[in-house]
Amino acid sequence: MEVLVLLIAASLALAGGFLMVFFWATQNGQFDDTTTPAMRILTEDPPAPTIPASSLPQTPNNS
Amino acid sequence: MRSVLQPHPPTGSHAGGRGIASAVPTERPEVPQAMAQSCHHCGDPCTSGGFELEGHSFCCLGCQTVFGLLQESGLSNFYTIANRPGTRVDAVAGPERWTYLNEPSVAAKLLDYSDDKIARVTFQAPAIHCVACVWLLENLFRLHPGIGRSRVNFARREVSITFTPQRAKLSEIADLLSRIGYEPSLTLAELDREAARPRSRLGLQIGVAGFAFGNIMLFSLPLYLGLDSATGPVFRSLFGWLSLALALPVVTFSASDYWRSACTSLRQRTLTLDVPIAAGLAALYAQSAWEILAGHGEGYLDSLAGLVFFLLCGRAFQRITHERLVFDRDYRGFFPLGVVRHTDSGEETVSISQLVVGNRLRVRHGELVPADARLLSGEGLIDYSFVTGESEPVSRQPGDHLYAGGRQVGGAVELETVKPVSQSYLTSLWNDEAFRKGRDDTFNTLTNHYSRRFTRLVLVVAVAAILGWSVVGNAARGLKAFASVLIVACPCALALAAPFTLGTAQRLLGRRGVCLRNGQVVESIAKVDAIALDKTGTLTAAHTTEIRFHGADLSLDELAAVAALCRQSAHPYSRRIAQLAPPIGSPSVAEFSETTGAGLSAMVGGRRVIVGSAAWLARNGIEVPPESPTMAAVLVAFDSMFRGAFALDNTLRPEVDRLLVQLGQRFELALISGDNERERSRFAGLFGENANLHFNLSPKDKLGFIRNLQARNRTVMMVGDGLNDAGALRQGDVGVAVVEGVGKFSPASDVILDSPMVSRLGDIIDFCRRATTIVRVSFGISAAYNAVGIGIAAAGILSPLICAILMPLSSATVILFAVGATTLAGRRLGLGSVSEPIEPSTQRNP
Repeated sequence: MEVLVLLIAASLALAGGFLMVFFWATQNGQFDDTTTPAMRILTEDPPAPTIPASSLPQTPNNS
Repeated sequence: MRSVLQPHPPTGSHAGGRGIASAVPTERPEVPQAMAQSCHHCGDPCTSGGFELEGHSFCCLGCQTVFGLLQESGLSNFYTIANRPGTRVDAVAGPERWTYLNEPSVAAKLLDYSDDKIARVTFQAPAIHCVACVWLLENLFRLHPGIGRSRVNFARREVSITFTPQRAKLSEIADLLSRIGYEPSLTLAELDREAARPRSRLGLQIGVAGFAFGNIMLFSLPLYLGLDSATGPVFRSLFGWLSLALALPVVTFSASDYWRSACTSLRQRTLTLDVPIAAGLAALYAQSAWEILAGHGEGYLDSLAGLVFFLLCGRAFQRITHERLVFDRDYRGFFPLGVVRHTDSGEETVSISQLVVGNRLRVRHGELVPADARLLSGEGLIDYSFVTGESEPVSRQPGDHLYAGGRQVGGAVELETVKPVSQSYLTSLWNDEAFRKGRDDTFNTLTNHYSRRFTRLVLVVAVAAILGWSVVGNAARGLKAFASVLIVACPCALALAAPFTLGTAQRLLGRRGVCLRNGQVVESIAKVDAIALDKTGTLTAAHTTEIRFHGADLSLDELAAVAALCRQSAHPYSRRIAQLAPPIGSPSVAEFSETTGAGLSAMVGGRRVIVGSAAWLARNGIEVPPESPTMAAVLVAFDSMFRGAFALDNTLRPEVDRLLVQLGQRFELALISGDNERERSRFAGLFGENANLHFNLSPKDKLGFIRNLQARNRTVMMVGDGLNDAGALRQGDVGVAVVEGVGKFSPASDVILDSPMVSRLGDIIDFCRRATTIVRVSFGISAAYNAVGIGIAAAGILSPLICAILMPLSSATVILFAVGATTLAGRRLGLGSVSEPIEPSTQRNP
């Protein structure tokens, strides 16, 4: 039964590790936006731009 | 007699058909979707025609330009992701309106991060509404070489853009966004925003509580299952100590908000909901610690941690719901106030939400300065009573700075806005104490009343439970009952029912152009049993009025002078006459004065011009020939000589006849008009036999009329145009100001009604009645829940843990019921549902 002490220590360490990961993820902004990624995955990237972006109309200050 | 006058072509490019009021009365220019082709970009009907590109038609040049731009940049995918995903682009203002963003002080507030190589900015773009928007905005780098990565946060309607400061200026990015239809919304609050995001703290608190909850459960399991004998007393005390240690961060960190709030409320000698919760937590922890330290029990730490965990989850749920609703209110809350904006092509009427810094506006007599602005020309006489309460107008000269919220009381002036419009600021002015009516809001009072007594009652029941169980010798059960009662009791459902229902109702109405001062107005509307209606501008539409001049023809110069004088005023008749201005340039207007409900007077191009009612001319010492038409007429005099009269033939708004029949069956109806009796027979037909028609009323008479109705214990709704009726609107239990594109801000009103909604007045009242019923039912649900819950908890049957789950559930039930039922009621009356796609406010034309 003494192995329980070890197991408890191990389980607490594991759970504590998860808690740390959760803290890190929260601080890192992983939960800031839960809506957009689900929408983003629906769209594809377009083919590479055929014409450089400099052909914007009415942009006097665009080189 | 002169033939029907033709107004000159409309000036504003986006005023739609409004300016094209022809001699033939026209309906409001709403082209049915099915008949007109809709724009390939934004889906608006293509009314102007002529904008075509690659086989697609567009409603305006702006939309066509965006389409071309996206095609060229290989972003045509935008149109395949969603159907007509764009937002209408009004290509009016140039990029220079954003230049103020390049000011280092402004940029510093706006930028999230910047060094010499890279900078990041987050813009609010309320127009974001679909997948295609997300896709397009995240491909911004294809449109501008200086832009790197861009990320959209859909829920917050935000786009974060990383860019190279050397290659892209902040103003260029803002300009690019507005040119493709995602105009950044920069309010004052935006510029002063704090970076703090308390939400992540709550997330961490939940995380810690959940962690402790799970592990303490694990240690409690052997005790639950009676494995005590197998593990032996060593483990028993080890588990106890470990649980105690794990519960410590729960109590100190996760539950810290409850301690703080309970301390605050005790210090202020009030009882809030957090007091019993804090007391329950303290009792649980103290009892458990004592049992474990004394070695004769294992305490209730599993319950405690679970309790905190579920309480916090409930709180997070509430916060998310609330944030969503607040967000909706901010961005859908459409303040139906229009202003006259100058553009290169002339003047146009736009909603104040479309104003940007650097716009030039014309503000007429009685109109509001919508944003901080500089006076360009004209003599400013500004009444700041909305802002300061000081009613003496102050004089301002060209070049002076004008603060938002002032009201011009002289003639028309020209302004240039120097700050963005803050709708929330204007709404806050509207909600100022000074304009509140001295009536108590029943639900509000009821809620306050309940909450105060509720907490006290709960504490009494809890103490009674613990004492009762101790007397019969079951102290452990008493403690459980004590905590359970404190936890299960939830007046939040009581407190939430009214705000959520009324808030949802307000939002639904707001999206249909019915802007309420606040949620409590819904309650007032529901109680209405008498309605007084103004005629001009309320039942009749001024801009479609047929107009004739009686008398010797006016010369072009004279017509220009009359039009110039009328341009100063926002009265419906003035606005109609001002449309007649011949294209020969406007003469200067000096010494302007307007007497509400009477007429105008000024020196125009060296001549004294007086325009108004017969009584007004008579008061100015002008002899009015008796044979002059006594119809809805605006009389004109030049240099004290009567010159003739404009006859305005009012056209009823569509469906007003149906509305009057509908209302007449259920309410006491009255027509109170300042006009003469010419149209009595026409309205007698509309209002029915026992019609209550009153003509020739001065603003003061109208106020008296309302007061008389109220003296007979009627709850009166006054519907007027907010111009001549300010007094009556304020006196009415509900004041409804009808606005048509351009509205004077009338703080006396409780409701600002967009003119097409006038015919839906009956439905609006029905909807408000249903909403108040829903509040009552919600109160009932909540009261029943509390009575049953507290009863069972006091009996010691419920464990505190179950109570902790029940409590947020009850709040959720009430919120869901309130919002759901209100939405359903709105949908049944054709007011739309919350889940409809968002119409960005920039897209709405007044």
